[in-house]
Amino acid sequence: MIEQPEPLHDVLARRDSIVAGLRRLLPESGVIAEPLRLKPYETDGLSAYRQTPMAVVLPETTEQVAAIMAFCSSEGVRVVPRGAGTSLSGGALPMEDAVVVGLMRMNRILDIDYADRCAVVQAGVTNIGITQAVSARQFFYAPDPSSQLACMIGGNVNMNSGGAHCLRYGVTANNLLGLKIVTVDGQIVDIGGAHLDAAGLDWLGLLTGSEGQLAIVTEVTVRILRSPEGARAMLAAFKSNEIAGACVDSIISSGIIPVALEFMDRPAIHACEAFAHAGYPLDAEAMLIIEVEGSVAEQDDLLGRISAICARHDPISLKVAESAEQSAAIWKGRKGAFGAVGRISPDYLCMDGTIPTSQLPAVLRRIGEMSASYGLQVANIFHAGDGNLHPLIMFDANDPSSFHKAEAFGADILKLCVEVGGCLTGEHGVGVEKRDLMGVQFTEIELDQQRRLKSAFDPGWLLNANKVFPLTAALRAA
Amino acid sequence: MIPTDEAGIVAAIQHAAGPLAIQGHGSKLAMLRPVQAAATLSTAGLTGVTFYSPNELVISARAGTTIAELAMVVAKNGQHLIAEPPELGALLGSDQPGTIGGAVAANLSGPRRVAWGAMRDHVMGLRAVNGRGEILRAGGRVLKNVTGLDVCKLLSGSHGTLAVITEVTLKVLPAPERRATLVLKGQPPAHAVAALSAALGSPYAVSGAAWLPADLAALVPSLSWLGGNVTLARLEDFAPSVAYRSERLRAELAEFGAVEMLDDAASAVLWTDIGNVSPLVHAPGAIWKISVRPSQGAGIVAAMQAIGATCMLDWGGGLVWVSGPATAAAHHAVEAATRAAGGVWTVMRAPDPWRSAVAVIPPGPPAMAAIGARVKAAFDPRGILNPGRMVAGA
Ligand SMILES: Cc1cc2nc3c(=O)[nH]c(=O)nc-3n(C[C@H](O)[C@H](O)[C@H](O)COP(=O)(O)OP(=O)(O)OC[C@H]3O[C@@H](n4cnc5c(N)ncnc54)[C@H](O)[C@@H]3O)c2cc1C
Ligand SMILES: Cc1cc2nc3c(=O)[nH]c(=O)nc-3n(C[C@H](O)[C@H](O)[C@H](O)COP(=O)(O)OP(=O)(O)OC[C@H]3O[C@@H](n4cnc5c(N)ncnc54)[C@H](O)[C@@H]3O)c2cc1C
Repeated sequence: MIEQPEPLHDVLARRDSIVAGLRRLLPESGVIAEPLRLKPYETDGLSAYRQTPMAVVLPETTEQVAAIMAFCSSEGVRVVPRGAGTSLSGGALPMEDAVVVGLMRMNRILDIDYADRCAVVQAGVTNIGITQAVSARQFFYAPDPSSQLACMIGGNVNMNSGGAHCLRYGVTANNLLGLKIVTVDGQIVDIGGAHLDAAGLDWLGLLTGSEGQLAIVTEVTVRILRSPEGARAMLAAFKSNEIAGACVDSIISSGIIPVALEFMDRPAIHACEAFAHAGYPLDAEAMLIIEVEGSVAEQDDLLGRISAICARHDPISLKVAESAEQSAAIWKGRKGAFGAVGRISPDYLCMDGTIPTSQLPAVLRRIGEMSASYGLQVANIFHAGDGNLHPLIMFDANDPSSFHKAEAFGADILKLCVEVGGCLTGEHGVGVEKRDLMGVQFTEIELDQQRRLKSAFDPGWLLNANKVFPLTAALRAA
Repeated sequence: MIPTDEAGIVAAIQHAAGPLAIQGHGSKLAMLRPVQAAATLSTAGLTGVTFYSPNELVISARAGTTIAELAMVVAKNGQHLIAEPPELGALLGSDQPGTIGGAVAANLSGPRRVAWGAMRDHVMGLRAVNGRGEILRAGGRVLKNVTGLDVCKLLSGSHGTLAVITEVTLKVLPAPERRATLVLKGQPPAHAVAALSAALGSPYAVSGAAWLPADLAALVPSLSWLGGNVTLARLEDFAPSVAYRSERLRAELAEFGAVEMLDDAASAVLWTDIGNVSPLVHAPGAIWKISVRPSQGAGIVAAMQAIGATCMLDWGGGLVWVSGPATAAAHHAVEAATRAAGGVWTVMRAPDPWRSAVAVIPPGPPAMAAIGARVKAAFDPRGILNPGRMVAGA
C-alpha cells in the first residue's frame, strides 16, 4: 500500500461538522459522506491504491467550487480535485482526511466560436465531448488520449495529457487559451482568454500539468481546429527493434512529420492480434503504425514517400490502407491494446517514461533483460515520434510479491529513462506513483524551487498534498 | 557584467549588492518598463550550440547564441525554428541581434504562432540561475515531459524577473519544401479578418495570416507592386501539397475578391518582414503589441485610426501592431480599446519616463498579483532580478 501523509487528526475529529458545513454550501445530492457511496471515489486508473476520502462534493457551478474552497481553507481541510478518475499515476487518489471535489457535474459546453476557432467548456466535459460538439462543422479538439471517452478536460489540463496525434498537434498545453480557476482560498480568477498570447507571467503554462497542486480548474478555453480532409494509416513490420528504430529516424529526417507514429514490440503485437484480429504480422519483432493527413492525393504522396523509406529498412511487410475501413483495421489492435494486455494478464502497470528516440533500441533491450530477471512479462507500446514509452508490466494482483516486483520493475524502467536523457513521465503525470522517484530526475534544489512555487499558490499545502513531491519533504515544507 | 559561463552568472548573482538589469544583447531594452539597476548582467558571453540531434528534432544552445546563428545551424539540416522568433532589434531601435535566451525570456513568436504555437510551446528544457544563485534545470531534451511543475513555461515569458536563463533546448521541425502566399487586394480590416478566419478555418493548414494597410504594404518590397491594402495567407508544405492547397484555398477565398499568388522566394522574404514588423521600423512614436481574439482585431484598428495611429494585423487578426504618438493619451486609448475587446497590450517601444509611468502590460487580477508576488519571492527573494521590468515595484 502506498504511504499517505499523516492525516490531520483535528480534521478527522471535526468530520461531522465539516460535512455539515459542506451541506450548507451545496444541494442535497452534492455532498456524499456515506461509506458505501464513497466507495466509487476511493481509487482511480491506478486501482492498486485505494483510500476512502472523508467526503465527496459534486459542485455544479464555479461559485459553488469557490464556496467549497473558501470553507475548506478556513477549516484547514485538505482537498483532492477529481475529474473522471482515469489517472494512471494515482493523481486522483484521496486521503482519509480529504474532501474530494469532483467536477463531473460541471459538464456543459458554454460557447463555441468557429470564427475565432475556440470553445469554452466546463472542467467536467469529456475530452471526446468537445470534439463531438464541433464535429458537425468539421472541427475537432486535437489532444486525443486513449481514455478520451471518459477523461475530462479539467483532468487533461491538470495532467497535460497527450494522445496518438500529438506529434503533429501538440499536447494539451499547446491547445489551450484560457482557464477559469478557483484559488485555494476560494477566489475566482480568469487566466488568459480567447487571445493567443498573455502579457505577464505564463500562469496558463504553469497551471497546465500542475496535477491539482495549485488551483481548481472550473472552465477551460480550448483551441479547436478544422479537421483535415482525410487521414490514412499504414503498417510496417520489421525484423528487429533496432531496424524499426532506424526507420523512425529515417522518416523524421526525411522531413515528413506523420500525424501519428506508433511503435509496438513483439509481445504487444501478439497480445493485440490475439484480441483484435487486426491482421498484424506475428513474425515481426517490431511494428510501426504511421498515419498521414490531407486530401487523397496528398495521402498517396506521403504514404508513397514513407513506404519508400520503409522499404530501405528490410521490412517483413508493408501494408498501406486503401480506405478508411482499412485504416480503422490497422488502428483497431493498437486502440485495443490495454484491453488486449488485460486478457493475457488481468493486472498490469502502464508505465510512461520518455526517452530520446535514438535510445529506443538500447532501452528496449534493457527492458527485455529486466523482464527476464524480474520474471514478469512486459509489452511495449510507444509513441515513437516523441519517445514516449508505454511498457505494460503484467503481474498478478492476488500475489502481493508479484505486485511489489512489478512496482520495482517499473521504477527501474523509469530510472533508466532518466539515465539515458529522458524523464519519468511523458503524459500520465507523477501522481502518487512516481512521487518518490522525483529525486532521480531533479536535484533537491530544483525540488525545493518547485515546492516554493506550490507554496506560493497553496501556502497550507491543502491541495493534493499526497502527490508529486516525495512525501517527507512535502510535509517538511508544509 | 558579461560572464562567459554559467558559473559566472551564478557568481554575479550571488555577489550582487543590489538589483541587476538582465539582458542578452539588449535588443529589447525599449520594451516594457526600464529597470532601475546599478549593474547589468548579460548572457551575451554564453554562446554556442551545445547539443543538436536532427533526427530527434532537438537542439540546445547557450542563452547568448543569436537567433540568427541558431536558425542557420538548423537550416543546414533542412530544419527550422517552429515559432519563427522575430528579430525585433530594428523595430525597437537597437542594432543588436536578438539572442535565443531573450526570445524565450520574452516569449516572442512570429507569424507561424497562429498555426504552430508560441515560442514557449517549443521550449523542451532550459537551464537557469534563480535570484538565490541556484542552478535550476527545467524540462529536459525530450518532446514529451510532464514531470513536476512546468518551470520551463513559467520562465519562458518571465522577462528575466525570476531567473537568468543560461541554456535552452528547443524542438525543431523539418522546414517546408515549398511556401506560397495568397493575396487579397483592397480589403478593409473587417473583411480581411473574415477572409483570414475562413482561411484559418479551412483544412489547408494555413501557417500565416496577416493584413497590411496600403501605406505599410507600400514599404514591403514583395508587396509594393500590388497597391492598396493586402490580406495575406501563407501555405507551407511539400511542393505538391502547396500546389494543391493553394488552388483549393484560392477557390474558397474567391468570394472575398480576386486572389493573387506570391511564389516561394517572395513568400520567404515577406513573412520574415511581417514577423520582424519591418513596415513599422521607421515609424516615429511609440509601438504597442495587442493580443485579442481575432474577430476583435478590426475593431482595434478602427479605434486606433481614430487617434491617428497606424496598425498591421498578424495571427488572423489576433495580433495588432500599433504605431502611434508617444503620448499618455494614445496609451490610454490603447488600454481602453484593448480592455473593451477583452485582450492584452504590451508597450514595445516608448520614451523612458513615459513607460515608467504607465501600465506597460495590463495589471492582472488582484488574486494573481498576490500569488505573483509570492512566486517572485520564491525565485528571487532579494528582488534583484530585473525589478520593475513588467510591473512597478515587482
Ligand atoms: C485506458 C486509459 C488510457 C489512457 N490513455 C492516455 C493517453 O493516451 N494519454 C494520456 O495523456 N493519458 C492517458 N490516460 C491517463 C488519464 O486518462 C489522463 O491523465 C486524463 O487526463 C485524466 O483525466 P481525468 O478526468 O480522469 O482526471 P482524474 O484522473 O480525475 O485527475 C487527474 C489529475 O488532475 C487533477 N484534477 C482533475 N480535475 C481537476 C480540476 N478540474 N482542477 C484541478 N485538478 C484537477 C486530479 O487531482 C488528478 O491529480 C489513460 C488512462 C486510461 C485509464
Ligand atoms: C473509468 C474508465 C471507464 C472506461 N469505460 C469504458 C467503457 O465503458 N467502454 C470502453 O470501451 N472503454 C472504456 N474505457 C477505456 C477507454 O475509454 C478506451 O480507450 C476506449 O474504450 C477505446 O475505445 P475505441 O476503440 O472506441 O476508441 P476511440 O475513441 O475510437 O479512439 C481511441 C484512440 O484512438 C484514436 N483514434 C481514433 N480514430 C483514429 C484514427 N482513424 N486514426 C488514428 N487514431 C484514431 C483516438 O483519437 C483515441 O486516441 C474506460 C476507461 C476508463 C478509465
